[in-house]
Amino acid sequence: MSDEIKVDKHMDLKGLPCPMPVVKVSKGIKEVELGQVIEAVTTDPGSLTDFPAWARTSGNEILKSEQDGETIRFYIKRTA
Amino acid sequence: MQQAAQQPIEDLREQFDELKAQLESLKNQAPANKISMVVFSGELDKVLAAFVIATGAAAMGMEVVMFFTFWGTPVLRDKNKSVGGKDMMGKMFGTMLPKGTGAVKLSKMNMGGMGTAMMKSLMKKKNVASVEQMMELAADLGVQIFICEMSMDLMGFKREEMIAYPDLTYCGVAKFMEEAANSRVQLFI
Repeated sequence: MSDEIKVDKHMDLKGLPCPMPVVKVSKGIKEVELGQVIEAVTTDPGSLTDFPAWARTSGNEILKSEQDGETIRFYIKRTA
Repeated sequence: MQQAAQQPIEDLREQFDELKAQLESLKNQAPANKISMVVFSGELDKVLAAFVIATGAAAMGMEVVMFFTFWGTPVLRDKNKSVGGKDMMGKMFGTMLPKGTGAVKLSKMNMGGMGTAMMKSLMKKKNVASVEQMMELAADLGVQIFICEMSMDLMGFKREEMIAYPDLTYCGVAKFMEEAANSRVQLFI
């Protein structure tokens, strides 16, 4: 499924602890157009709950998230 | 006949205007998407927590206000600045309190500075941002900082020795309360 999502921007946030992943992705999302998608990769287990909370609050949409060992991959669509 | 039909419309219009006025006044009372924090503590762990919350809130699109008071005040001093003309008490506070974000100690397990040094090296190892870095990030994200004038005066700090933070205001409790009353979240750290 994931190869069907067209990614416009990649963000490598591996190794960054709280609050950096959310801070960086909130900046990164402003660098893409409405409707475009960011692929953000983190290793912070807290981001599993933090990213959805950030998305709900900021009005953006997480299309998909997948965990592979320590790596967590989010596909976030700018909708706000 | 026509007049009789007009009356209910007039009544409705009156009610509509009244509701509109009520809605307007409610709108003005609704708190903004803002967080107001009192940073009372001047220790590494607590100041770090305050900045983590501040930058996180800013990332979530909130307006952020940090009001530094009492032991929080010396954290905003610039380590490279010094001013003269202080009285004895002012000099004493100036020497005994941390000078800036780099000099803050842990609130627990400081162990004469050893604990703080260990925590700092652990933070570096784990990629956790230092208080200095967090403050830079906060500035970058537009976090507003207020400094309590009364604490400054009490401890003999002068404006010339404080950091050059982009959005810095010297104020009193009324300014903080104005911000806090208009915020969805208020914290005391």
